[in-house]
Amino acid sequence: MEISPDNIIFWQWQFIHINATLVYSWLVIAVLSIGSWLITRNLTHGPELSRWQNLLEVIVSMIQQQIEEASRQPSRQYLHFIGTLFLFIVASNILDVIPGFTAPTSSLSTTTALASCVFVAVPFFGIARQGLKGYLSHYIKPTPFMLPFNIIGELSRTVALAIRLFGNIMSGSLVVAILLSLTPLFFPIVMQAFGLLIGVIQAYVFAILALVYIASGQRAQSAEETEANEETVESEESQNPNSKN
Amino acid sequence: MDSISIIGMVSIIIAGLTIAVGSIGPALGEGRALSQALIAIAQQPDESGTITRTLFVGLAMVESTAIYCFVIALILIFANPFWDYVIQHVGG
Repeated sequence: MEISPDNIIFWQWQFIHINATLVYSWLVIAVLSIGSWLITRNLTHGPELSRWQNLLEVIVSMIQQQIEEASRQPSRQYLHFIGTLFLFIVASNILDVIPGFTAPTSSLSTTTALASCVFVAVPFFGIARQGLKGYLSHYIKPTPFMLPFNIIGELSRTVALAIRLFGNIMSGSLVVAILLSLTPLFFPIVMQAFGLLIGVIQAYVFAILALVYIASGQRAQSAEETEANEETVESEESQNPNSKN
Repeated sequence: MDSISIIGMVSIIIAGLTIAVGSIGPALGEGRALSQALIAIAQQPDESGTITRTLFVGLAMVESTAIYCFVIALILIFANPFWDYVIQHVGG
C-alpha cells in the first residue's frame, strides 16, 4: 500500500524523477486552464449566456462573495491568489473519484508547496499595504519579547496548514483502500462520497484560512489604531460623568 | 525478544494509543462547538450563513489535532524510521 503518490515513479533519469504527484498536478492544471480557456474564448454579455459561461460566473461570483464576507474588504486584491488556491485544491480533490487518479493533495509535497505560497503571500500582501516598516513592526507588538513567539506562530500555522490538508485527503483515500479489503462492495462507495464532502470542505477551509492570515497580516496595525481611538473615546466618555458629579 | 519484534510491537501499540487518546479531545471539542453553533442558529436563524462558515473553519482547526495524531500513527505503522534502520543494520 502506498502512503504517498510520491513513491509511484513513472519515469526517471539520474536524479530527476517524474512521479505521480507531478503528473496528476499537471493534469489538474491542464484541466483547469484548458477548460477555462475553452469557455472564456467566446464570452458574451447579453441576456443569453452559454451554459458553461454561466457556471464560471457562478463560481467566480461565489468566491468573490465569500472573500468579501470573510475579510470585509473589497475582494479584488485577494481574488486571484485565494481563487487559484481554492480551485486547484477543489479540482484535485474532486477528480480523486476517477479510478486511477490520485489526488496530488494527498502528497505532503504538494500541500507543503501550497502552504509555502501562503507563507510568502502574507508578508507580500502586508508589505504592499503597510510598507516594510509597518509590516515588520507588528512582529514586536505588544512587546519586543513577543518576537520569537510571533515567528514561531507564523511557522507553525504554515506547517499546520500543510499537514491538515495532507492528513484529511490522504486519510480519506487510505480508509477507502483499507475498507476495500474488508467490505468490498458498498461501504467504500459511501466513504468515497464522504471523502468528496471532506475534500470540498478542506479546500474551502484552506482558502479561508489563507485569506484570514493574509488579512490579519495586513490590518494588524490599522486594527490596533482604531482600538486605541475607541479606547480614548471611551475613557473621555467615562471621565465626563465624573466631572459633572 | 530481539530488537525487531520489540520495535514492531511497540510501534503498533503506540499507534493504537495515539489514535485512542488523541481522538478524545477533538471529539469532545467538536461536539461542544457543534452544539453551541446549533443553539446560536436556533436563536438567530438570520445569521446562519456566518455561523455555519465560522463553524466549518473552527471544526477543521479543532480536527487538525486529531489529524496530527492520525499522521503520527500512520508514520509509526507504514513509514517507521526506526524499523527501517533496524532492518538495514541488523537484518541486512
